[in-house]
Amino acid sequence: MSTTSTSPQQNSRNAPSWSRLALILSAWAMFIIFLVLPLAIVLIEALKMGVAHFFESMIEPDAISALKLTLLAVAISVPLNLVFGVAAAWCVSKHDFYGKSVLITLIDLPFSVSPIIAGLVYVLLFGAQGFFGEWLIEHDIQIIFAVPGIVLATLFVTVPFVARELIPLMQQQGTQEEEAARLLGASGWQMFWHVTVPNIKWGLMYGVVLCTARAMGEFGAVSVVSGHIRGFTNTLPLHVEILYNEYNHVAAFSVASLLLILALIMLLLKQWSESRINRQLNNGDE
Amino acid sequence: MSRRTSPVIPGFGLTLGYTLVYLSLLVFLPLAGMFIYASQLSWSEFYTIISAPRVLAALKLSFGTAFIAALLNGVIGTLFAWVLVRYRFPGRKVIDAMIDLPFALPTAVAGIALTALYAPNGFVGRFANDLGIAIAYTPFGITLALTFVTLPFVVRTIQPVLADIPRELEEAATCLGARPLQVFRYVLLPALLPAWLTGFALAFARGVGEYGSVIFIAGNMPGKTEILPLLIMVKLDQYDYVGATAIGVMMLVVSFVLLLLINILQRYVAKG
Amino acid sequence: MSIYRRRLSFFTGLLLATVAVTAQAQTLLNVSYDPTREFYSDFNRAFNQHWQAQGHEALQVQQSHAGSGKQARSVSEGLRADVVTLALAVDIDELHRSGNWLAKDWKNRLPNDSTPYTSTIVFLVRKGNPKQIQDWGDLVKPGISVITPNPKTSGGARWNFLAAWAYAKQAFGSEQQAQDFVQRLYANVPVLDSGARAASNTFTNNGMGDVLLAWENEAYLTLKEHGADSFEIIAPSISILAEPPVAVVDRNVDRKGTRVVAEAYLQYLYSDVGQRIAAEHFYRPRNAAIAKEFAEQFAPLKLVTIDGFFGGWQAAQTQFFNDGGVFDQIYQEQ
Repeated sequence: MSTTSTSPQQNSRNAPSWSRLALILSAWAMFIIFLVLPLAIVLIEALKMGVAHFFESMIEPDAISALKLTLLAVAISVPLNLVFGVAAAWCVSKHDFYGKSVLITLIDLPFSVSPIIAGLVYVLLFGAQGFFGEWLIEHDIQIIFAVPGIVLATLFVTVPFVARELIPLMQQQGTQEEEAARLLGASGWQMFWHVTVPNIKWGLMYGVVLCTARAMGEFGAVSVVSGHIRGFTNTLPLHVEILYNEYNHVAAFSVASLLLILALIMLLLKQWSESRINRQLNNGDE
Repeated sequence: MSRRTSPVIPGFGLTLGYTLVYLSLLVFLPLAGMFIYASQLSWSEFYTIISAPRVLAALKLSFGTAFIAALLNGVIGTLFAWVLVRYRFPGRKVIDAMIDLPFALPTAVAGIALTALYAPNGFVGRFANDLGIAIAYTPFGITLALTFVTLPFVVRTIQPVLADIPRELEEAATCLGARPLQVFRYVLLPALLPAWLTGFALAFARGVGEYGSVIFIAGNMPGKTEILPLLIMVKLDQYDYVGATAIGVMMLVVSFVLLLLINILQRYVAKG
Repeated sequence: MSIYRRRLSFFTGLLLATVAVTAQAQTLLNVSYDPTREFYSDFNRAFNQHWQAQGHEALQVQQSHAGSGKQARSVSEGLRADVVTLALAVDIDELHRSGNWLAKDWKNRLPNDSTPYTSTIVFLVRKGNPKQIQDWGDLVKPGISVITPNPKTSGGARWNFLAAWAYAKQAFGSEQQAQDFVQRLYANVPVLDSGARAASNTFTNNGMGDVLLAWENEAYLTLKEHGADSFEIIAPSISILAEPPVAVVDRNVDRKGTRVVAEAYLQYLYSDVGQRIAAEHFYRPRNAAIAKEFAEQFAPLKLVTIDGFFGGWQAAQTQFFNDGGVFDQIYQEQ
């Protein structure tokens, strides 16, 4: 996209016109109604009883343990889905094979499956009444209503994100650079680390950011498998729900605003990596 | 299933194998488990569950509100995409960055925030209430929540396509005497439609399955404001695993078909 | 890739930290229903003191709260509850039926059919009672909006339903008239939340409805939290004696080796200390002497019992709340 416009036609296009002004104003109005208001209300409700109260609800032990559990779920699911995303993108975008579009559809599937179903399938598998229920009880292994179940549910809903970001990027970049590296005698891994990774690192970053945001915020799937044990199997979003149900509105919105701030940080990182991708693609084009 | 384009590029077997194993363990096997569980039902039993009045009502509600929300996003999203791509104006960067907020924000946070806004004593709901309009705890509130959650999809699918349409095309049309609406109808629409449909379908698929943001604002009345995912939860809580699974299977099939349509659409666009 | 390595070690550290946190002290998991949160957080503290005073090491009591039916389902799915303290006997019966988590005769193990405290259903209205709601009959008037949770998932909601039924049955006589009455009542319900707590939130924070059908203890708690200047409690002419039961989950305590502490925990509910804490949280204590101490805070009400009026929980569950039961019928006819 060019930012400098010198041609007379473009100047006339950029001159204020009624329709242009109306469109911009209505976009602003929509932006305020749909995005700014919900965001503002979280902060307003959180700060209702002052800043001290706001911070108190964040350092409360149950909130801290919810934060830890959320970070743990992120720490396990993001790296696993990162490796998966790279592998999936590699085989889909650098190779051609039959059934490719079905595979892509299947990679996308968890994205459009209801989170409740994601939770339900694990209950059917690992619940005491489920397929492996008796076996798990006999071997004293706890999956649902414990940390493994929460991690599994988080993994499920975040499967597509890294792969989704990398596939179009890697398709666009083609295979010439890798082929050149191979012909110059690089081993497979050398080629991967020195040619592919530098090319996709911002895309990777972008995917990781999306994946992290989803993993942090997942509610439905995790809610089905959590068991809601205070201080043990509550993630931050579940903790928000609990506080909300406990007449503890200010605390609920305080923790919610912590999640909101994390989401905003994710957006900043996303924006940044996006601009790096564009720069890289533009440089590549030249 | 192997036909490599470039024998020089290694890692096909490794990455495909890993992809398949990972997907199988995490996604296919659990989903297959649900199908196996549902297979203890005969077709007529399955049909009886799906066509129960309460399920039908939830079905209509979930698909109806998701459809309207996706349509709304089709309009609002196109507006955003157009303004962001075509105009330079104060705050453009901020709006562009913030469009993704609903995606990054945990749905539970969106749920309590929207409820705080639109409940009868909320910041906006108060005024609506005075006018005799109920927002929260009605299908309207659900639609609003779904519109919020799926806002980014249409914008983000249309934006790159719109940026790629050469302006010369529109200018040529204008020079040839086309009116703005005609330019839109004959030049922009055909180019945008596949991306628009993709964004619409994504928003729709997500809207049908959405849970966290909706349950706070829905009211959860059986037959009136009870969405499908909540009905699955309710059935589970009543030990009706089979019923929950039947609804789950139906929803899964719908989302798979939608995704497949999206992918076919995208291939069509790529060949374009 | 040193960034990755550094990140990895950070994650591993985090993982170890979390494991370390979860590995301390003996724990006891109490899976309970919605409005008991505040009560059990006080009771757990008292029990811990008592337990340590007896020469045991400190105990960590974990709590889980949600709708009663939902909680029973979670336990039967493998949530490792040592004790369950639910809203209805039928939910604990279900634990015996699905997966034999405890013995069939669990009720006989503790006094009063294993119900250490009782409660009842009252009305919570907005200050000044603007709609003049005095009794069940006022709830079906046109224009009255009633908030009560979903009886399919919430124990409290089932007590609400049965209390309304008992009123109608006594006032009008026939089952059909009682059914018409509850149907008209539920036609006035604009929101059907999944649990008692969610319903009180809808009523108090979101400003929905003219009257909340609530657990007596929940109604008093609401007054305490929101101040008596926004709401009042109305005692109807007749209500139901709600008897929330408690039980040790045999299969879990035997596996975890926590039977002794779990049993002591439940027995302590019957002690003077336990009864007093229950009363302070507006549960009606079983202990007559302590009930007398707190007599002022509980309005005298005509109460029917589930066994006396409805022939026990199993019968009531089948008639009213199972699929195709009265509750489903009134929603299908609308």
